[in-house]
Amino acid sequence: MISRVAIALLFVLAAGLSLAYARAPRPVIVIERPGQCVEATEVMRRDHMTLLLHQRDRTMREGIRTRPHSLAGCVECHASAKTGSVLGEQGFCESCHRYASVKLDCFECHASKPGRVSARAKP
Amino acid sequence: MPRLQARARLGPGEAVSDPERRGFLATAAAALAGVVIAPGIRLIEIAGARAPEEAASARVRWGMLIDTAKCASGCTECVKACNEENGLHGAGRPRTDAQWIRKIDLKDPRTGRQHSAPVMCQHCAEPPCVDVCPTGASFKRADGIVLVDKHTCIGCRYCVMACPYKARSFIHENLSEQKPAVPRGKGTVEGCTLCVHKVDRGDGTTACAQACKAAGHEAIVFGDLNDPQSAVSRRLREIPSIHLRADLRLDTGVRYSGI
Amino acid sequence: MATVIHRELQAAGWRFWGPLLAIGAVIAAGFAAFVHMETQGHWVTGMDNQIVWGLPHVFAVFLIVAASGALNVASVASVFGRVAYKPLAPLSALAAIALLAGGLAILVADLGRPDRLVVAMTHFNFKSIFALNMFLYNGFFALVAVYLWFMMERRMNAWSGAAGLAAFVWRIVLTTGTGSIFGFLAAREAYDSALLGPAFVVYSLAYGTAAFLVVLDLSWRWAGRAAHAETLARIGRLLAIFTAASLYMTAAFHLAKLYVTRSHGVEDFLLASGGVYPVLFWLGQVGLGGALPLALLYSRRTGGTRAGVIGAAVLVILGGLAQMYVTIIGAQAWSQPIFPGWQEQSSFFDGEVHPYAPSGWELLLGLGGVALAAALIATGLKALPLLPDEPCTASSSPQPTSPPARPR
Repeated sequence: MISRVAIALLFVLAAGLSLAYARAPRPVIVIERPGQCVEATEVMRRDHMTLLLHQRDRTMREGIRTRPHSLAGCVECHASAKTGSVLGEQGFCESCHRYASVKLDCFECHASKPGRVSARAKP
Repeated sequence: MPRLQARARLGPGEAVSDPERRGFLATAAAALAGVVIAPGIRLIEIAGARAPEEAASARVRWGMLIDTAKCASGCTECVKACNEENGLHGAGRPRTDAQWIRKIDLKDPRTGRQHSAPVMCQHCAEPPCVDVCPTGASFKRADGIVLVDKHTCIGCRYCVMACPYKARSFIHENLSEQKPAVPRGKGTVEGCTLCVHKVDRGDGTTACAQACKAAGHEAIVFGDLNDPQSAVSRRLREIPSIHLRADLRLDTGVRYSGI
Repeated sequence: MATVIHRELQAAGWRFWGPLLAIGAVIAAGFAAFVHMETQGHWVTGMDNQIVWGLPHVFAVFLIVAASGALNVASVASVFGRVAYKPLAPLSALAAIALLAGGLAILVADLGRPDRLVVAMTHFNFKSIFALNMFLYNGFFALVAVYLWFMMERRMNAWSGAAGLAAFVWRIVLTTGTGSIFGFLAAREAYDSALLGPAFVVYSLAYGTAAFLVVLDLSWRWAGRAAHAETLARIGRLLAIFTAASLYMTAAFHLAKLYVTRSHGVEDFLLASGGVYPVLFWLGQVGLGGALPLALLYSRRTGGTRAGVIGAAVLVILGGLAQMYVTIIGAQAWSQPIFPGWQEQSSFFDGEVHPYAPSGWELLLGLGGVALAAALIATGLKALPLLPDEPCTASSSPQPTSPPARPR
């Protein structure tokens, strides 16, 4: 009984401490190439992963590389002018993912910097 | 032929440099084809220039013919081009570095007759790597290209064990500076993609075939094995060729002649 | 049948925590090796693009094969009605679960992307032996757990025979599956044989029985109890039969390969000219792991003694590891002929024998898996009444209960 209370207290304490000290820095969202994103901001914030996942399977399995929801498209627009990348503390993708504490492993394999346009452009 | 018209307007020099225009042309060709070709005639003729939003289909089977009589011993232009196109820069550790294509020097132990030939993923119709892959990450696209879905590859290397051609490499370290069209990463398995990004773009060739041609050998002919009029099909009709490890009956998409 | 009382492990204090701490240290070392391999990538190991499965797989496959065999003693009691083995059946079931868990942990830790274990559990290609094995392994855990529960819960005792039979059939299928991982690889000259499935089943009988003997002996010593020589001798006789059968399967496998001209090269490599592999085969697998244990078990001087039986068991385990090394690594060291009949040479090491030197990381990972199995057994022994107080109180000669346990 006592140990349970102690554990509960510990949790409360830990939560309080994390609020007080471990507050993650707010994400840096710099839109360097203003204009229309492929979807409304609200949709992108909530569903970008679903859109990317859908596009990923179409590209991977069927070879359909039309633009709207491709990861390369995200990188092209959102790479920082300073670092040229969507990663890094100020990077468009990473800063937000850090804030939200969501693992971002796309760029272990995918290029985080825009390259020579190699996917077929949207007609 | 609408495809020929579209191709004719493309100078060889601008083949890769202007993707926007290429995309437009390909679409235009596809649209034209839809109009021009009478109903009932399959669209196979324009397979190389399928519309961007059209899925790869089994009407096409991509493949290659490698003519070892034309392949020069000591020439590694195809290997260099592949590494360049796909961003394969090794870590300087030959035993763990990925090799998608390699030149094998052959010698008949009795007669001393010598050959040289590039070997890469043979893009089997019945790929053992696809059979053994526990998660289905190894897969064959409808148009015959065998690929690894690195999102579901767990890095078990069973496909490396199963492949008769040593066509698969495992990535042994963290990578950076990947090409946008060729994602690669630690802990997953990869191999020749038959330049799938170029194929989807409508290039109608691979980096190795282009480089071989540029070097003046033309030992690698790429094309649609299902299209009787394609260069590769015509050549295959003209000269004898074999499948590697034909005893396994995997119906490879890459064939060899001269051996 | 006389009632046998099972008890939890009575060791306490340092006598309990000492060994557990040692086991924990090995697990920690294995975990450190895992973290290192995964953060650096596999280039820090001895494995490469030629030898893609290395020492971790030797340990892992050995443990997985031994796991199914560790259930032998329980199966002999429940399925074949030998009442003398019955008191040991719960420990046998625990050992089976623990060894399998240890082996699978190594396999998972060696994956290129162990973080995607959930992918492996949600995406299945049913033509893959690996994918099928994932069901077989998980099913084995479940069946043996149920079997253990039925044995320990008096109200469910009546069903334990049925559960035992199900687990027995399952384990035969499972080990066939494990052997077939290799046997169905038609492209590798050293494999490409349907015999590997059945051979692994027979090997598992020997390795599992040997592993169980060692577990039993250590448990008794830990509990501060004298070894029951008669029990050891009885299981030793089983081990002798299984070891002889393993030698037979080995002979059958290689003779079949030797008859076919195209596999002369690889057989010559594995059995005569291949450096470390023939040594491991003849000295390890056949000599230390086969002939010597048989001599120990059948010798009049050592046959019935603790030293003789446990010595033989340890030798069978070492022989088993040697067999796995030859089967897994030797087969990859031999190059695959892409142009049969031609001498090949390339930057990708075609046409060459591939060298392999295991790294310390791989060894630590393998030992970590063994330690994990040991820790699970220790925990089970402490938490559950598994050790029989009076081992094998039934009459000295094993006899079937009447009637033999019938599945219901």
